[in-house]
Amino acid sequence: MTAEPRAPDAPARTRSVPRAGWAVVANKEFADHLLSIRFFVLLAILGLAVGIPFFLASEQIRSLASQTSGADNTLFLALFLLGPQDVSIFQLDVTIQSFVSLAAPLLGLAFAFDAVNGERAQGTLPRLLSQPIYRDDVINGKFAAGLAIIAMVLAIVVALVAAFGMFRLGIVPSPEEVLRILVWMVVTIVYVGVWLAFGLLLSVVMRRAATSALVGFGIWFVVAAFGRFLVGLVLAFLVPVSNALTEENLAAIQTRTFFLRLLPNTLYDEASRVLLNPTATYSSTPPTIGGNIQVSQQSFTVLSADQSFLIVWPQIVVLVGLMVACFALAYVRFMRQEVRA
Amino acid sequence: MTEPNPAATGEPAPDAPVEEPLPAPSPPTAERDAAATPETGRRTRKKRRPRLPGEPQRTSSRDDPSIPIRTGGLTKQYGDLVAVDHLDLEVHSGEIFGLLGQNGAGKTTTILMLLGLTEPTSGKARVVGLDPARRPLDVKRRVGYMPDSVGFYGDLTGRQNLRYTARLNRIPDREAEATISEVLEQVGLTSRADDPTDTYSRGMLQRLGIADALVKDPDVMILDEPTTAIDPLGVVEILELLRGLVRSRGMAILLSSHLLNQVQSTCDRIGIFAAGRLIGQGTLSELATRFGDDTAHIEVAFDVPDDEAAERTTALIRDLPSVSEVTPGLLPTDPWLIAVRPPVAETGVRRGILALSVANDLHLISIRPLAPSLEEIYTRAVARTAPAHGAVA
Repeated sequence: MTAEPRAPDAPARTRSVPRAGWAVVANKEFADHLLSIRFFVLLAILGLAVGIPFFLASEQIRSLASQTSGADNTLFLALFLLGPQDVSIFQLDVTIQSFVSLAAPLLGLAFAFDAVNGERAQGTLPRLLSQPIYRDDVINGKFAAGLAIIAMVLAIVVALVAAFGMFRLGIVPSPEEVLRILVWMVVTIVYVGVWLAFGLLLSVVMRRAATSALVGFGIWFVVAAFGRFLVGLVLAFLVPVSNALTEENLAAIQTRTFFLRLLPNTLYDEASRVLLNPTATYSSTPPTIGGNIQVSQQSFTVLSADQSFLIVWPQIVVLVGLMVACFALAYVRFMRQEVRA
Repeated sequence: MTEPNPAATGEPAPDAPVEEPLPAPSPPTAERDAAATPETGRRTRKKRRPRLPGEPQRTSSRDDPSIPIRTGGLTKQYGDLVAVDHLDLEVHSGEIFGLLGQNGAGKTTTILMLLGLTEPTSGKARVVGLDPARRPLDVKRRVGYMPDSVGFYGDLTGRQNLRYTARLNRIPDREAEATISEVLEQVGLTSRADDPTDTYSRGMLQRLGIADALVKDPDVMILDEPTTAIDPLGVVEILELLRGLVRSRGMAILLSSHLLNQVQSTCDRIGIFAAGRLIGQGTLSELATRFGDDTAHIEVAFDVPDDEAAERTTALIRDLPSVSEVTPGLLPTDPWLIAVRPPVAETGVRRGILALSVANDLHLISIRPLAPSLEEIYTRAVARTAPAHGAVA
C-alpha cells in the first residue's frame, strides 16, 4: 500500500538502479505498458471518448463564450461538462466527463487483468519470486506501474483538451479552474485505480488471463450500461415507490441513492460533476420533480474550489476505500498463493 | 506461504548473529538494502567477485561452511498429502548433487522450501547458513535458481530479460552488462541474445534459464530439471559448464532430474527421492553398495575355438573363489557376465581370471568390471521402499 502514493514518480528513476524491489518491478512494468499495443489502443479509445464530446460541444461553448465575454470563471470547466442537449448514449450525456467515466474503467482493467496470471502462464513467476525481493514487491510494483501509466494517459488527454480549448476556442482557464481540473484528475486516477485493483484481484484469482479479462470487462459493461437500471429495478421490486406518502417515497429514494453509491461510477460522476461545476451545490441531483424544481430555482451561487471539495469529500473517501479494499484483497490472495499453480 | 518480512516486523531472527554470513558491520536485512546506495552495492559485489578455488567460502557460521545446503527433518504437508517427509539432506560446496525422483516425488517442493518460497510444515533448512523461511532475501541473493519449465518475458530479448534479473538483484547497470554478456557467452546464446525470447526454442530457454541463475554470481545453484528439453549435444555442453563452475568457483549445485544417465554422469552425489522421502544419498558406489543385491559384475570376453573349450573355461572361472555365477553370451564371441559375491572380492576375481588365462593359455580378449548403473540402483531402491510407503504413482 505504501507503493501507490509514490507511483507517479516511479518512471523518473529509470536511469539508476532503484533500491526497492517494487520500484524495479514498477519500472519494468511501466516500460512494458508504454511499448505495448494496448497502451496505444487505450490512448486512442480515451482520445475518442474525449474528442467526440469535445467537438460536439465546441459550438455551444463558443456561443457561451461570446455571451459571457470572459467574466465567467466556469467557462473552461464547461469544456468537460457541456454536451449537445439532444444526444445521449445509454442514458449518458455526451460530455467529456461522462465519456471518461464510461471509458476509464477500460484503462484500469486493461492494465491489470493479466498482471499475475500472465506471469504464471509465461512461467516467469517462480523465477521472479526467486530473486531477492519480497513477494509483495511484485504486486505493489505492478499496481504502482498501472497507476503511473493511467496518470500519464489521463494527463496527455486532459492536456490535449486544454490545449484545444485554448487555441481553437480561445478560452483560458483561471487558476481556480486549473486547481479544480487537477483535483478532478486525481479523483479520476483513483476511480481508474478502483478498476485497476479489481483487475489485479481478478488476475490473482483467475488462473487464465482470458477468463479474467472476460469477467472484468463483463462486469464493467454491466455496471456501466445497466448499473443504474438494475439497481432501480431491484429496488422498485423491494421498495416500491408510490405517490401516496411522501415520507415513504423519500425513504425509498434515499435507499436507491445509497445503493447507487455503492457503484464506483456513481461516486465518480457525483464527485466530478461538483468538482467541474462551481455552481453545483448538491453531489447528486434529486431524482424527484420537486427536487429538480428546487435546484433550478435556487439562486445562482458559485462555490469556491475548497467548498466544492468539501461537498464531494465523502465520495472521494469511498472511492479511495474501494480501491484500497480491492487491492488489499488481491494482495492477501497473492501472498497466500502457492508459487506453483 | 507468505514470506515473513523482516522489514515489517523490524526484528531480526533471534539466531541471526550466529549465522551472520557477511563480515559487514550492519546486518544484511531489508532495511540495510533499502538504505544501500548503488555504490555500496558495487563494493560488496567487488569484494565477492574474484573468488578463487582455494579461497574459503564467505559463510562464517556455526554451521559447517562447506555445507551450503543442509536440512534436518524437513517436512511439507498439503492437507493429508505429505509432499516431503522428514528430509535430511546435505550438499557440500564444490559438488554437484543430483536429486533423483519421479514426477511428484517432492523434488520441486523441496527446492521451493530451500528458497523460502514455501514454508516447511516442520523441520529446518539452512541454505548458505541461513534459514530460508526467516531470511528469504539473503538466501535468494546468493542462490541462483532455475525453475522447472522456466519462462521468460516473450516480447523482451534474452539480454533484456537478464537485465531485469540483474536489476532485481541490485547489480549496477554497468557491471550487469559485462556479467550478462559473459553468462550469455557461457551458455552459448550470444548470437541470439538480442532476439525476443518468443523466438527461442525450449532448449534455448533452458540455457537462458541457466544464464539467468548465473547473473547474480551465486554461491549455490539450484536447478530444477535443467536439461530436459536440451538436445543431447547441448546437454553435454551445459553439464560441462556446470562442472566447470563447480571446479573454478567452488560452487555447490543441486539439480533435480529424472534423467538417470545425466545424473549418473554429472553428479558427485545423488539423492534418491520417492514419495516425499529421501531413500538414499551418497556417491554412486555408496548407493550401489546400499541398494545393490550384494553382487559385483565383471564382463569378460574370450576367443574360444569351440563349445567344448568354452565350457572348460566356464568351469575354470566358476571354480574361482567368490564367483557365484557365470553367464556366457548368446554367441560364442559375446562377452560373458560374471557375478561376484561379495562385491569386495571383485578385484581378486579379476586377478584370478587373468592368472588362469595365462596358466591355461586362454585367449583373453577383454575384461572389465561393470559399474552398477544408476538405473538399476534406482529401480531397486524404489522397489525396496515402495511396499513400505505405498506404491509410487
